Amino acid sequence: MANITSNTESQRLTFWERIYLPEIAKGLGLTFKQMFKPSFTRQYPEERWIPEGSYRGRPVLVLEEDGERCVACGLCSRVCPALAIEVRAAETDMDKERYPEKFEINMLRCIYCGFCEEVCPEEAIVMSKDYELVFSSQEEGIFGKDKLLVPIAQLQERLEFLRQWR
Amino acid sequence: MSLIQLIIIVIQATILLTLMLVCAAYMVLAERKIAAWIQNRVGPNRVGPWGLFQSFADVIKLNLKEDIVPAAADYKFHALAPVIAIGVAITVYAIIPFSGPLVEIDGIQYGLSMAPNMNIGILAMLAMTSVGVYGIALAGWSSNNKYSLMGGLRSAAQMISYELSMGLAIIGVVLIAGSLNLIEIIQAQTSGIWYIFLQPAGFILFFITALAETNRAPFDLPEAEPELVGGYHTEYSGMKFGLLYLAEYANILASSAIMAALYLGGWDAIPFLDDSAILGLAPNSIPLVLLGHVVFLTKAFALVFVFIWVRWSLPRFRYDQLMNLGWKVLLPISLINVILTGLGVLLFQ
Repeated sequence: MANITSNTESQRLTFWERIYLPEIAKGLGLTFKQMFKPSFTRQYPEERWIPEGSYRGRPVLVLEEDGERCVACGLCSRVCPALAIEVRAAETDMDKERYPEKFEINMLRCIYCGFCEEVCPEEAIVMSKDYELVFSSQEEGIFGKDKLLVPIAQLQERLEFLRQWR
Repeated sequence: MSLIQLIIIVIQATILLTLMLVCAAYMVLAERKIAAWIQNRVGPNRVGPWGLFQSFADVIKLNLKEDIVPAAADYKFHALAPVIAIGVAITVYAIIPFSGPLVEIDGIQYGLSMAPNMNIGILAMLAMTSVGVYGIALAGWSSNNKYSLMGGLRSAAQMISYELSMGLAIIGVVLIAGSLNLIEIIQAQTSGIWYIFLQPAGFILFFITALAETNRAPFDLPEAEPELVGGYHTEYSGMKFGLLYLAEYANILASSAIMAALYLGGWDAIPFLDDSAILGLAPNSIPLVLLGHVVFLTKAFALVFVFIWVRWSLPRFRYDQLMNLGWKVLLPISLINVILTGLGVLLFQ
């Protein structure tokens, strides 16, 4: 037991550090300086953040001039880990032959993983920039085609991002 | 006591109370704003320009809230505790000398202060702050909640241990001024030097103990949120909570004002020199007295700012550290301060 050395925090302090007051003055100086720095606050309802193309907001269906791109293959519904998507296919006279008669995403279940977008062969379902999702009831949280279809012009940035990085 | 005197005293008290309550309400806003600036935030800014009406919104909200009393609480004492707390906090304002007298009616001089010429001024202040612990201890005990009780007990222990050092710090000033009367203490400073230059250690001691007496960070153990939920006011809601909160801020303003009077020369605008001679005004003339009010309140609010600033800079003490600091550090230093001051007074006066 002869060569035990102790090196505790209190032993490492110098005399001036041990009497606290100069260190407290230093701390006060630091907080005083902080007072004159600009704040990081965003005044939310007035100033809104517009995300980059890489942002995964709520998933939407791409709407072109002649209707939606979706061919109702059901892959998104199959891959969805949260089982949030329900698709019912029907036939159409157009070239693509099939279209979703019913397309519902339960936004209460969606986890914004982006698997549906990744698996989609037609680039028909993509993640949008929309992050403001508010419901007042559970029923309102289930988005049908009326809410999901978004004109392609609004989704250009995301589509470009997908083409570049996917 | 004549009727006129009574009416004047009621008017004085009304003005003083209103002033104090508005100041306390705005100190809450100042606290939130300064905290926000220190943390690079904006702070309340929605109610009125720069959030200036936030205080009124808070008071209206507190008044409209449901007043919940726990089933296990002792109802009478639960209701009495905030009244004691705010009553004691208000009483201290009676002895604060904001400035000299403004008007003279029937040979008696009246100013903003109620009883500034009380010959035991500082002792009355010490006595009232000691009674203040009853409000907090009672609030903690009558809530019948273990966290409230812990908060109340901590507050009692802390206030009693720091009261000693505070009293001894004041003795230094009393020795030099030779009086307990606050007006005489200030008048001794207006012509001479401020006591902060004669009693720097005493000022720091008084400031630290005042932080502990008003339960402010870094000594806010009675309301340590991480350990005690809310401390002694855990079981309070509505305006009863508001009163406890108001009492805390009223106490801060009172200790700041006392500090301004004892150490910073009270209403004296220019240190080391005689104000009335420089400004060309007769002593106790109305403009000088009005200037005195502004100067006194400026000093008090500057100290309030330091209170808030310290709160948002320093972490909280642990309970054993608090007791060690009070008994093993502050008490010996204040005793040495008293002895040295006594020697100085003996040698130089």
